[in-house]
Amino acid sequence: MQNIKIQASNVHVYYGDNHAIKDVSVDIQDNTVTSFIGPSGCGKSTFLRCLNRMNDTIDICRVEGNIDLDGENIYDRRVDPVQLRAKVGMVFQKPNPFPKSIYDNVAYGPRIHGTAAGRAELDEIVEKSLRKAAIWDEVKDRLNAAGTGLSGGQQQRLCIARAIATSPEVLLMDEPCSALDPIATAQVEELIHELRESFSVVIVTHSMQQAARVSQKTAFFHLGNVIEFGDTTQIFNNPKNKKTQDYITGRIG
Amino acid sequence: MTHSSLFASDKRTASRNRAEKRFRAYGIIAISVGLAMLAVLIFTIIRSGSSAFQQSFVSFEVMISQEEVDNAEKALLKTGVYQKIITANFEKAVTNAGIVTELSPKDQGKILSKRVASQLREFVLSDNFKADEPIAFQFLANSSIDGYLKGRVSREGLENNKNVSVEQLNFSDKLVEAGLLKKSFNIEFITGSDASENSPEAAGFGSAILGSFAMMIVVVALSLPIGVAASIYLEEFAPKNRLTDIIEVNISNLAAVPSIVYGILGLALFLNYLGPISANDWIRNNSPFVGGLVLALMTLPRIVIPTRAALKAVPPSIRDAALGIGASKMQTVFHHVLPLAMPGILTGTIIGLAQALGESAPLLLIGLVGFIGGEIPANVDQFFGGPNTVMPAQIYQWASRADPAFYERAWGGIIILLVFLISMNAIAIVLRRRFERRW
Repeated sequence: MQNIKIQASNVHVYYGDNHAIKDVSVDIQDNTVTSFIGPSGCGKSTFLRCLNRMNDTIDICRVEGNIDLDGENIYDRRVDPVQLRAKVGMVFQKPNPFPKSIYDNVAYGPRIHGTAAGRAELDEIVEKSLRKAAIWDEVKDRLNAAGTGLSGGQQQRLCIARAIATSPEVLLMDEPCSALDPIATAQVEELIHELRESFSVVIVTHSMQQAARVSQKTAFFHLGNVIEFGDTTQIFNNPKNKKTQDYITGRIG
Repeated sequence: MTHSSLFASDKRTASRNRAEKRFRAYGIIAISVGLAMLAVLIFTIIRSGSSAFQQSFVSFEVMISQEEVDNAEKALLKTGVYQKIITANFEKAVTNAGIVTELSPKDQGKILSKRVASQLREFVLSDNFKADEPIAFQFLANSSIDGYLKGRVSREGLENNKNVSVEQLNFSDKLVEAGLLKKSFNIEFITGSDASENSPEAAGFGSAILGSFAMMIVVVALSLPIGVAASIYLEEFAPKNRLTDIIEVNISNLAAVPSIVYGILGLALFLNYLGPISANDWIRNNSPFVGGLVLALMTLPRIVIPTRAALKAVPPSIRDAALGIGASKMQTVFHHVLPLAMPGILTGTIIGLAQALGESAPLLLIGLVGFIGGEIPANVDQFFGGPNTVMPAQIYQWASRADPAFYERAWGGIIILLVFLISMNAIAIVLRRRFERRW
């Protein structure tokens, strides 16, 4: 049994009058890949964005309930969301590298957090992150080229490298492969496997095959509720809930 | 269903194609009309204004003894004595050139500008002057003779023209033939300052250029930082609530307020209220500093609106990316959003500033149309606080004066103003190109 990294209990999210997340409780374990599946608009991305308080940027969004990271409620008034996001990194659906060089993309996080003592150390962090994101060999000769000039799959891996360069403890991935072709998807999935060694990973995905391939835990979201949460093998082979079964067999969604 | 051939377009397709063709034709017509207007405008401006850069000069040698200088400086009407010196030297030059004329020496001298005496005196009192040596001098011809050489004054309407006689024109023809009178480039028009009603040939645009320059420094220094900072705050940091909504609506409204309203605001606020209580030398009538304050107010909303639009156009994914790796709001804005918005901000800002440069209405109200015969400002206080005028106001002044020679200068002024405006727009384009990045 792994340690619990994030414990979300009785979380409610409102967008204005819209009750988007209803009483969700989920435990995210250390060194585990947890996937959120469910039909579009079910709230899985919204919930994911609660885990590093990205929803704070949306004025009308309101979060209730407890989300504890290592036992500390991240919605506590004393928590600085900027500090939190350095611990809980995020990779987005659409690859969004900065319009800067590949090197600067990865180096940006360590630079603003002051993690590197000097140029040499920064170089090392950049190389390590790019290697971990399995893109080092493709870009090592053109680190000064624009990050936006890479292909879609490379851009997404660059974004992953950028996210892990700040050495987060949890990595949130919001449909990271939806804009990628099958080969790039396979590379990213491979990557997620390896990332699990160092972080706990939470991934939102539309592809049930992907969830089955990469994750150990799966939560099924439907209309703002978590219908079922458990081991991935159990959810896919032996769902307890009728709705889960309908969804994974393709009858709803 | 009947078989339809792809080679013959059906009725509906044909009508759609016709509609598209019509629309394209309208577009081409509209653009052609616009271009034609522009061509006419530029043609007229250049045709009417280019002659302002040339001026008729009478060149001859002047020899003055130290005694003459001393006498002149002792006289009560010093320029009167210098006028006589010029007349005498001019007559000598005319005789030497073998020109026969029925005009008396005094009348010969009248074809020169009224400013030549003071022009000569200035030279005589300068260090370059050496007594008893012939000095080659270029004297301005008066505006009627200048007009005659430029084709503005013709022999037909002479009986109604009290400024110039047929004899003087005949005399000028002979001078031209002898090479004493000719048109040449007049740098004084660009560097000099305005002249009185009766000597348009001496009027220059220089002090207006300086005045505009001083005013624009104030406008840029105030409106650019305040406008950009306000936009960044409103767009990126301010909470979205009723108050910011009201502010937003009001900024849009302010941009549409007629500029003369800002003029009256400046008159009431800066000159009538702030002027007396502040005892600041810069805050007073006719000063470019007050003009700059007024135009800064006018320019602010015109900077805020395009700046906010440029910030809004930066894709939210960039903000997410920066926030997602733990950048603070301010780091996100200054490291990522602002550089991407830069081309739009610069373009909008420079266009706003160009509008300010071409603005005259509010400046008329705060007196930036002072008649300036003065010198180049000697110090900063003079530069910002001294009475001056600005380019559009000077053009307005000249255009409203009676002598057609001033009309020509108004067009010339417009050419200079347009050169400045086009340069500013060119800078906007260059900066845009330089900052433009893909994402």
